[in-house]
Amino acid sequence: MYDFAYHRPTNLADAARLAKEAEAKLMAGGMTLIPTLKQRLAKPSAVIDLGAISDLVGIRVEGGRLTIGALTTHADVARSAEVRRTIPGLADLANGIGDPQVRNRGTIGGSLANNDPAADYPAAVLGLGATIQTNERSIAADDYFKGLFETALKEGEIITAVHFPIPEKAAYAKFPNPASRYAIIGVFIAKGPQGVRVAVTGAGNGVFRVKAMEDALAKNWSADAINDITVPASECNSDIHASSEYRAHLIGVMAKRAIQAAG
Amino acid sequence: MPHVSLTVNGKPASADVENRTLLVQLLREKLGLTGTHVGCDTSQCGACVVHVNGRSVKSCTILAVQCEGANVTTIEGLATDGKLHPMQEAFRENHGLQCGFCTPGMVMSALDLVKHNPDPSEREVREWLEGNLCRCTGYHNIVKSILAGAAAMRGQPTKAAAE
Amino acid sequence: MAPRDDGIGAAVRRKEDFRFLTGRGLYVDDIVRPGQLYAYILRSPHAHAEIRAIDTAKAMRAKGVVAVFTGADMAKDNVGSLPCGWQVKNKDGSPMNEPPHPPLAVDRVRHVGDPVAVVIADSREAAKDAAELVEIDYRPLPAVVSVAEAIKPGAPQVWDIAPGNTCYDWEIGDKAAVDAAFSRAHHVARIELVNNRLVPNAMEPRAAIGDFDPASGEYTLYTTSQNPHVIRLLMGAFVLHIPESKLRVYAPDVGGGFGSKIFHYAEEAIVTWAAGKVKRPVKWTAERSESFMTDAHGRDHVTRAELALDRDGKFLGLRVSTLANMGAYLSTFAPCVPTYLYATLLAGVYTTPAIYAEVRAVFTNTVPVDAYRGAGRPEATYLLERLVDVAAREMNIDPVEIRRRNFIAPDAFPYQTPVALQYDSGNYHATLDQALKAADWAGFPKRREEARKRGKLRGIGISTYIEACGIAPSNVVGALGARAGLYEAAEVRVHPTGTVTVFTGCHSHGQGHETTYAQLVAEGLGIPIENVEIVHGDTAKIPFGMGTYGSRSLAVGGSAIVRAMDKIIRKGKKIASHLLEAAEADIEFKDGKFTVAGTDRSKTFAEVALAAYVPHNYPLDELEPGLDETAFYDPKNFTFPAGCHICEVEIDPDTGVTQVVNFTAVDDVGRVINPMIVEGQVQGGVAQGIGQALLENCVYDENGQLLTGSMMDYTMPRADNLPSIAVSTHTTLCTHNPLGVKGCGEVGAIGAPPAVINAIVDALSSYGITHIDMPATPQRVWKAIQDARMKQAA
Repeated sequence: MYDFAYHRPTNLADAARLAKEAEAKLMAGGMTLIPTLKQRLAKPSAVIDLGAISDLVGIRVEGGRLTIGALTTHADVARSAEVRRTIPGLADLANGIGDPQVRNRGTIGGSLANNDPAADYPAAVLGLGATIQTNERSIAADDYFKGLFETALKEGEIITAVHFPIPEKAAYAKFPNPASRYAIIGVFIAKGPQGVRVAVTGAGNGVFRVKAMEDALAKNWSADAINDITVPASECNSDIHASSEYRAHLIGVMAKRAIQAAG
Repeated sequence: MPHVSLTVNGKPASADVENRTLLVQLLREKLGLTGTHVGCDTSQCGACVVHVNGRSVKSCTILAVQCEGANVTTIEGLATDGKLHPMQEAFRENHGLQCGFCTPGMVMSALDLVKHNPDPSEREVREWLEGNLCRCTGYHNIVKSILAGAAAMRGQPTKAAAE
Repeated sequence: MAPRDDGIGAAVRRKEDFRFLTGRGLYVDDIVRPGQLYAYILRSPHAHAEIRAIDTAKAMRAKGVVAVFTGADMAKDNVGSLPCGWQVKNKDGSPMNEPPHPPLAVDRVRHVGDPVAVVIADSREAAKDAAELVEIDYRPLPAVVSVAEAIKPGAPQVWDIAPGNTCYDWEIGDKAAVDAAFSRAHHVARIELVNNRLVPNAMEPRAAIGDFDPASGEYTLYTTSQNPHVIRLLMGAFVLHIPESKLRVYAPDVGGGFGSKIFHYAEEAIVTWAAGKVKRPVKWTAERSESFMTDAHGRDHVTRAELALDRDGKFLGLRVSTLANMGAYLSTFAPCVPTYLYATLLAGVYTTPAIYAEVRAVFTNTVPVDAYRGAGRPEATYLLERLVDVAAREMNIDPVEIRRRNFIAPDAFPYQTPVALQYDSGNYHATLDQALKAADWAGFPKRREEARKRGKLRGIGISTYIEACGIAPSNVVGALGARAGLYEAAEVRVHPTGTVTVFTGCHSHGQGHETTYAQLVAEGLGIPIENVEIVHGDTAKIPFGMGTYGSRSLAVGGSAIVRAMDKIIRKGKKIASHLLEAAEADIEFKDGKFTVAGTDRSKTFAEVALAAYVPHNYPLDELEPGLDETAFYDPKNFTFPAGCHICEVEIDPDTGVTQVVNFTAVDDVGRVINPMIVEGQVQGGVAQGIGQALLENCVYDENGQLLTGSMMDYTMPRADNLPSIAVSTHTTLCTHNPLGVKGCGEVGAIGAPPAVINAIVDALSSYGITHIDMPATPQRVWKAIQDARMKQAA
């Protein structure tokens, strides 16, 4: 990797100030950034390691919502009794990200800021209609994801937490890429305060909702309700592991499995 | 040049590094702890797994400077006075290694599993090993070793292997 | 006397494990030589291009850089071509087309990853930083990737000297006899299949350190090799022109090979030569992405085959036509893999009287292809065992029954096949019966029905395979084009106190030789296993060696140790006869004691050893002091492990995901020295076989870019992809080596793939699906089901 300046601020204000430097890169768990740097695919002037800002870690339930600090690791989400009690589907999702060592380092904030089109967390955040809290504002999930590795975050804006409304039912079903284990298709389905929401990751340039499924499930919460609903293959990616037709098909299969898992 | 001080296998260690130096490079090249291996460049194979502050991590995917003040345990830190740790002993007893290259990462990963799940099922072991690749054993004896090692750590005797 | 707990047949725990388990193994990248520099190799990003110019000036001035070399620099030094170790002849007797292979490309690059220049600097990162400053002007050329495209008229030409991209066009067998067999056939079964290209991916990436001592003029190469003496010979004699006496090649602990570390690679020559130029040690360690584009790949065949059968399902004749991808250059043993290691095995375990095979080896703009675990034998077995299943289905004969009807009978050995090999021993009915029982074949319909209720398609598949290993004898393989002998060497050095060091020319990179060989020696010399050390991998210590590949280490290397021990015992008897004042003919050696027959007068092995080194009371007129013997063993024939693998799968028809739910292997590997190690070898081989059948596929795009260039896209088998693997053995002894051993390293990778695919086809048979190519990925299985449904609907 190319060398860079390294900063490890202990508070958000310092981090935000450092992040405004041109070509600076924020690092949470580093599970995507470090592999990218190793392949020399990025050449940041500085890496700002958020790992020492302890305010950004933690899980709490208050005001009818689950709040997860941006630097909370996937392993901590997966093992959290609060998450397990309020949104078990989210704990299951966290437990299926990467491998145990990735889960020990990778964070929810890092995953959302990166917005990999095959990442798992975006499906949960969009599917649950969560709110992304930054050092500057709150962003609704529907306004946050802007396509391939693009988000509503501005330069220097730092995710501090994610607020999840607690749903009645929710589950995630993932069909992993056999090699990378990222999602070829992941479908998060929730029934909650915002109605039924169906979010799909892995299929296209970024996570998206499937309105037709949401409408059908709002009327009839059962796997059979979406039997005839398909996402057009033309909206899905194609690669050596999965053609667009196969991805489109898997959206239906995974959606049904998510409904069944949600109960 | 940045300087990093940490505790490795219970002893203080420090070295001059670059900001881009990875923990595994610090361990192997600066501290001479070559038991931790590098088998890939995409953070997948797990040959480099060590414990940082009690958690298993891929030392190829963490910067040395991130480990300032950290407590790191490597494969070299497990055996005491020439006596193998029960997990190491289980790998030996159950032929859980062949070429030995993935072995340190396997053992370190297994110990993190047992910490959270002292009595794992075969399925749980197989799923836990998602981040550890082995090309020699077909995993059969690795899984057997980890189950036996976990049993030994729970105070149950290690079952004999391949008779 | 009870069998020893550390001798032949005992599951001795491995001597090597303590160092591996405590992080004290010594792999090449662990070695740091004083003053060591680091090499970074610039590689072609193009599959095919002309190199118009290389400008290294900026890189030379970069921080930490000591030198930058190109192919032109090596050519100026008269560095030779990486040699090919086997020449195959065309049908007309003319030799194959054999293009040059400079360690650094000159004028033209021929695959993505082809090395072009080397930057040597005081750190890895500095070398890599500077490499970005090397300016290379490429003129891209059209590339060709698949064998099917490469043989088309007008296809891009990889080599001017190889028209039609043909390396050779070879044949074996009696064409007329096969034509006659087909003309009287009751049924002809046909298949077209692909044997998918694989990337070996030993967990330790290749690495090499070149070291040069200006005082002595000696070079040392530390390398991740399965056969250091072969590398010394090839690199010293053909590439760098260094006499063997001035070149040491040392392969310490090596983290897996599977064939990929047999070959002499460019990087070995580059670092050794560069060390001589800069007069400092030069280390190169592959990044995994480099492994993907430089380690020789495996398999990559496209084959059409036909089997002629009579009314009863007896095989009358087999006709095979194969295109084999050689890649862009000929790797060390590439030409023999799709010929002498492949087509010679096409009789399988069957009495097929007439066989004809033709193989065209083809150059493409891809990484060279060479031996990978099984090498030719998995390709032959996959083809044959798929074809037998197709025939069984078409003729409505049970797949077990059709195999039984065609097995070579247990009393038919030695059995001469129509494709050159003569099998010495085996009992195919026995391994089949044992496997059917272990896998509960009879209970399968019940399990299928139970799975159906869960919405899963369950299938069962069988393969009854044979392999040929311990390739030999030297004079025969020489006549077939081998440019090397295929014997093995061993030195048994008895020390004055009776402890023993064995120097073997074989090399262990996971196989556990330090334990298995020690068991042999402990039993053979009647000494405790703790008193035996096994040394391998260092040309400075070991007399000579051909290394480890083709499951040869015990059958050939172990036999050499036995022969050397025989010499030790013979000399020991002479010494003992002197010490015991008895006739040499009356001395018996048993359980570590030389005894005068019929008496209780004896000398221990240690006493005899001491007398040999402290020859005060010793027959100095007749006998030299010392007790140290070397043997070279050249086998009389191959060995022929065989067996039966049974796989059971469940397929999720909604996703196409196949899960192997049961896998049973019953193998005849000859005498088993260490059952624990044998089981481990079989399990590992089976995992690679399941990997080939379900997961692994090396894919290039049409421009020759490697789409599966990392583990992010190349699916390595993980623990949760695999089942527990039930392994057992049934032994018939090899008749021609002193141990009766056959070999176990490759049986898994050979037997497993057809068992898996036969099981998948069985599971999908209700859709009318008769074949699916490897790897049977979820997408491919789902697509096959979709296509079949459409066909059924239409």
